[in-house]
Amino acid sequence: MQRVLDLYNYWIVIFLMMVGFFIVIAHGNLVKKVVGLNIFQTSVFILYISMGKILGGTAPIIESGFTVYSNPLPHVLILTAIVVGVATAALGLALIVRIREAYGTIEEDEILMLDDAP
Amino acid sequence: MILRHLPALQVVIPLIAAPACVLLRHPALAWGFSLVVSLVTLAVAILLLVRVMTDGVLSYALGSWAAPWGIEYRVDPVNAFVLLIVAGIGALVLLFAKASVEKEIPRERVSLFYSAYLLCLTGSLGIAITGDAFNLFVFLEISSLSSYILISQGRDRRALTAAFQYLTMGTIGATFFVIGVGLLYMMTGTLNMMDLSQRLPEVATTRTVRAAFAFLTVGIGLKLALFPLHLWLPNAYTYAPSVVTAFLAATATKVAVYVLLRFFFTVFGADFIFRTFPLDEFLMVLAFAGILVASTVALFQPNVKRLLAYSSVAQIGYMILGISFVSATGLTGGVVHLFNHAIMKGGLFLALGCIAYRVGSTEITDLEGIGTEMPWTAGAFVVGGLGLIGIPLTAGFISKWYLILAAIEQGYWHAAAVVVIGSLLAALYVWRVVEVMYFRPRPPGRAPVMEAPLSMLLPTWVFMALTLYFGSNTQLTVGVARQAAIFLLRGAS
Repeated sequence: MQRVLDLYNYWIVIFLMMVGFFIVIAHGNLVKKVVGLNIFQTSVFILYISMGKILGGTAPIIESGFTVYSNPLPHVLILTAIVVGVATAALGLALIVRIREAYGTIEEDEILMLDDAP
Repeated sequence: MILRHLPALQVVIPLIAAPACVLLRHPALAWGFSLVVSLVTLAVAILLLVRVMTDGVLSYALGSWAAPWGIEYRVDPVNAFVLLIVAGIGALVLLFAKASVEKEIPRERVSLFYSAYLLCLTGSLGIAITGDAFNLFVFLEISSLSSYILISQGRDRRALTAAFQYLTMGTIGATFFVIGVGLLYMMTGTLNMMDLSQRLPEVATTRTVRAAFAFLTVGIGLKLALFPLHLWLPNAYTYAPSVVTAFLAATATKVAVYVLLRFFFTVFGADFIFRTFPLDEFLMVLAFAGILVASTVALFQPNVKRLLAYSSVAQIGYMILGISFVSATGLTGGVVHLFNHAIMKGGLFLALGCIAYRVGSTEITDLEGIGTEMPWTAGAFVVGGLGLIGIPLTAGFISKWYLILAAIEQGYWHAAAVVVIGSLLAALYVWRVVEVMYFRPRPPGRAPVMEAPLSMLLPTWVFMALTLYFGSNTQLTVGVARQAAIFLLRGAS
């Protein structure tokens, strides 16, 4: 049991991942889909960031008295991934604005109905 | 001096040109600038291929940070070939683009359109050239984000929903890819592909590495529209502007196939993939399903662009089939088909672009009588169609020949049968279009149309001439593909 609980960071990652993925699949509202995608991506950020953490480790700056450092590389990588996530969300929302202008709705089922109608 | 920096220039030139292009507000100026940039990029790609073929693998440390720590660009026979395909098609499609874009894109957005196009080109080239797994993800997102923009520029409002659908599925795919890379990093502490391949065997039996492999395969599968993960592709190809469809069909999925090859054979190694996992059989089944189902669906499409989109899904099946043989001949067939299909489909979608330019539609019923009114365009479509079927003397025959050869070599008679049935289905769906174009009179209601302008016909026929040329002279394509296949099978050593 203790072993399972010690891996709590992974449990959070998996929970967020599944929540995000579920929202993307299950919700017909396009804005909610974008939010779901964001949650899904955030779970990966946490996966990377918690991977670099070492218990008792400090920031990787050489200073007397410290010998254990956390790995900064995953943190740097995730800065890039965050930027990508922001760009994706921005583009997704911009597309939704255009979809709303063209269809007058942002519900997936209504859009499908409008496309099938003519 | 400058030659030493060729690998970096390959990516940097279009990357810097893209924002510069935004500043050129005039459509013709933006087009001219993009064309020059893409031609320079092509020249760089050719130089790189020549150098790799004579000097062997090129390694370039970006910013002079040595390989396992810094980002490494690594050019070997496999990706030099892919770079040539992407840069060549990027330039040819741009040559075609001027008239087509003027017609399909509002004037004030043209320079933005070209800048997104250059970014997409940058992303695809970057994916091909980089030797760093995380850097690959960044380029993957550059090319994906710009392609969502390009697709959404279609005139039909369904282009918007198609782009959004692609955005959701593409992002899920890319995120799966990062999860996989993260799990690999967790076990090995490195992101460099060469380094990964050396450290992975030690930890190959752990569950983490297997999970990483599964995430990577599904993520890349989404990007390359591997059946049944292809659902985004038909809509995206159908509603995107003609130029975008031609460019994406010829490059985006091809680059994704390359990523799959790179991870399967270089990073994980054939032993891991095909001994630890029975993945070859699994891939073969998916390839069969892709070829048969997508070809059959293509038969019933009322829109020619959509028909060709489904045909693309089927053609990806052939490439995957080539990979699933895990033999030199099979891989040669897969890699050669990657090239041949790029030029055939690129040309076919450009021919459709000519038709869309004059007729304003790609519905099959609007194409009646085109054969006599637009003889050159229709002729190009026929040549490309013959290539899709795999008639001798076209490029399509060469790839199918190697696939069937590989199937027979290993005694997979059912695989050979699927290739033949797929070709028959292709003959049927190509015939549907040809029959409408040549043997139906122009409907009385429709105004007569003229042949497409020369600036559009010329690039289209360059693709078709290549289709015919590489159907008879296989020295370059099969030669390079065979070398690439042997290189891949040898693994990272």
